[in-house]
Amino acid sequence: MPQHFVAPPQWEWYIVWYFFLGGLAGGAYLIGTLLRLLGDARDQRVARLAFLVAFLAMVICPILLTLDLGHPARFWHMLVNSRTGALNFKYWSPMSMGAWALLGFGLFATLSFIEALVQEGRLRHGLARGIADVMGGVLGRLFMVLGALFGLFVAGYTGVLLSVSNQPVWSDTWALGGLFLASGLSVGAATLAIVTRARVDAPTTERKLSRADRVFIVLELVLLAVFFATLGALAGRLFAPRWLVLWVLVAVGTLGPLLMYRAPGAGRRGSPVLAGWLVLLGGLALRIVVIFGAQI
Amino acid sequence: MTEVHARAQEHTASELDRMIPDESELTAGVKIEPGRSYGFFTDTTLCIGCKACEVACKEWNQLPGHTPKFLDGFDNTGRLDDQNWRHVQFHERSTPKGGAAWSMMSDVCKHCSLASCMEVCPTNAIIRTEFDTVYIQPDVCNGCRDCIAACPYAVIGFNEKTGLAQKCTFCYDRLQNNLMPACAKACPTESIKFGDLSEMRTVATTRLQHLKAQGVANAQLYGEQEYGGLHALFLLTDKPEAYRQPNTANAVLPSRNNVRGYLGSLVTAVLGVVGAVIAFRQRGEEG
Repeated sequence: MPQHFVAPPQWEWYIVWYFFLGGLAGGAYLIGTLLRLLGDARDQRVARLAFLVAFLAMVICPILLTLDLGHPARFWHMLVNSRTGALNFKYWSPMSMGAWALLGFGLFATLSFIEALVQEGRLRHGLARGIADVMGGVLGRLFMVLGALFGLFVAGYTGVLLSVSNQPVWSDTWALGGLFLASGLSVGAATLAIVTRARVDAPTTERKLSRADRVFIVLELVLLAVFFATLGALAGRLFAPRWLVLWVLVAVGTLGPLLMYRAPGAGRRGSPVLAGWLVLLGGLALRIVVIFGAQI
Repeated sequence: MTEVHARAQEHTASELDRMIPDESELTAGVKIEPGRSYGFFTDTTLCIGCKACEVACKEWNQLPGHTPKFLDGFDNTGRLDDQNWRHVQFHERSTPKGGAAWSMMSDVCKHCSLASCMEVCPTNAIIRTEFDTVYIQPDVCNGCRDCIAACPYAVIGFNEKTGLAQKCTFCYDRLQNNLMPACAKACPTESIKFGDLSEMRTVATTRLQHLKAQGVANAQLYGEQEYGGLHALFLLTDKPEAYRQPNTANAVLPSRNNVRGYLGSLVTAVLGVVGAVIAFRQRGEEG
């Protein structure tokens, strides 16, 4: 069994919520992009909602990260060396990569957000219309694909960040990046399912979201199994009595929606919304138990 | 010696009154010069647990310390952190004749040649100095605490008041003024030795051979192999893990998980996107 004599970094609630919202934003942006590129006219309203959701979740992320710093006013030290003025880019440090990725994703998410607002008729400024015109063309499609790649990175690198350490549990597995990414995709799809039901009448798109979330949940369950398999006996640390309620939530937030999405008549009643909320709860519980469980 | 950070070349003149010129040469027989590698050799068989090193460190570095706690044995320090840059560990052991004995070890930052903290630090606040030691620049650190997650020796602590990650500086300011580190200076039994790193390795090896010849079969050196060679060598009389130090097999860098971590994410991303595309194109269930 690996030896660990480390101190915990005291990454707590700001980081839990950042990991959750980063996954949600990345997942929602990817789904928005796929609906835009592969969907039909009926899907476009939900695609726009996806970009709105992605932006709103994304914009909170740097605030949470800044508040978590010991010196919030030095947030820019992540990107620029305060002594030399040179850029700080360390590809071998996930935190450095993540800072740049969040900046890049922020750019894509903001422009897609503006385009969505223009298309929804909520923004009529000339510059915004110009952006929307560009985003509606071939360049815009390429732009969205790039944004989706950044979104995928933001959703997944958080797990790699934990693994690239010497902390117990985190550094004893390589599966956290994939696990958080799968969970982020699922959370993104679930959020869109909830928002769609509340704001748009788009039953066919809702069914698409449910089918996609089913895939994401299966992926998440497979990665959970890989996570435990790679940890071996160390996984016991995460199953201390204090964490059991959270694991129950993770189970309910994965298996529950999986069954609900498969149930006859799913999509016609309120089940996708309930399933969505369970996914969100499970995704949050997963991050809480992984982040706190290894540090306490 | 590994690459020296540019800032470390900005060698400032002493602000101290040099009451004793070249103090380190006179007391430790060590000439302190930029561009050379320095290290500690801590011989735990000579440690009497007096904690003079802890006190000297706190005095010199103006560390107020925490409120003392009554812990097991004589240890009321607990662990290395932002306030404790030296920590005398007390371990009670049974002797071959059925008695009990203390094993003491003055723990400190190892100033690893391949430093985990330096590897992950996103702001480049952690640098290698002109003395080949590892130093956290307080004006650059933003308190992200990634270094704390990475350090395998639990050396670095987060200071709530300053908002910074803090650890032993190897008395960087003293070295720049030809003064040996305060802990080594204060150690009354010379359990903590300071000097040129290669010289420290020689002293440690000689001492090990001496102890082995005396019949101390379990004597061993710690720090020659780990993390490219530590700048704080220890002579131990038990396995490293008994002193809360990872053994050679477990002395690994955080970056070992980079490729496989990202690879896992990449495979997940591909499967997720392909799965979503299939789910979006599937028409069987649509009304």
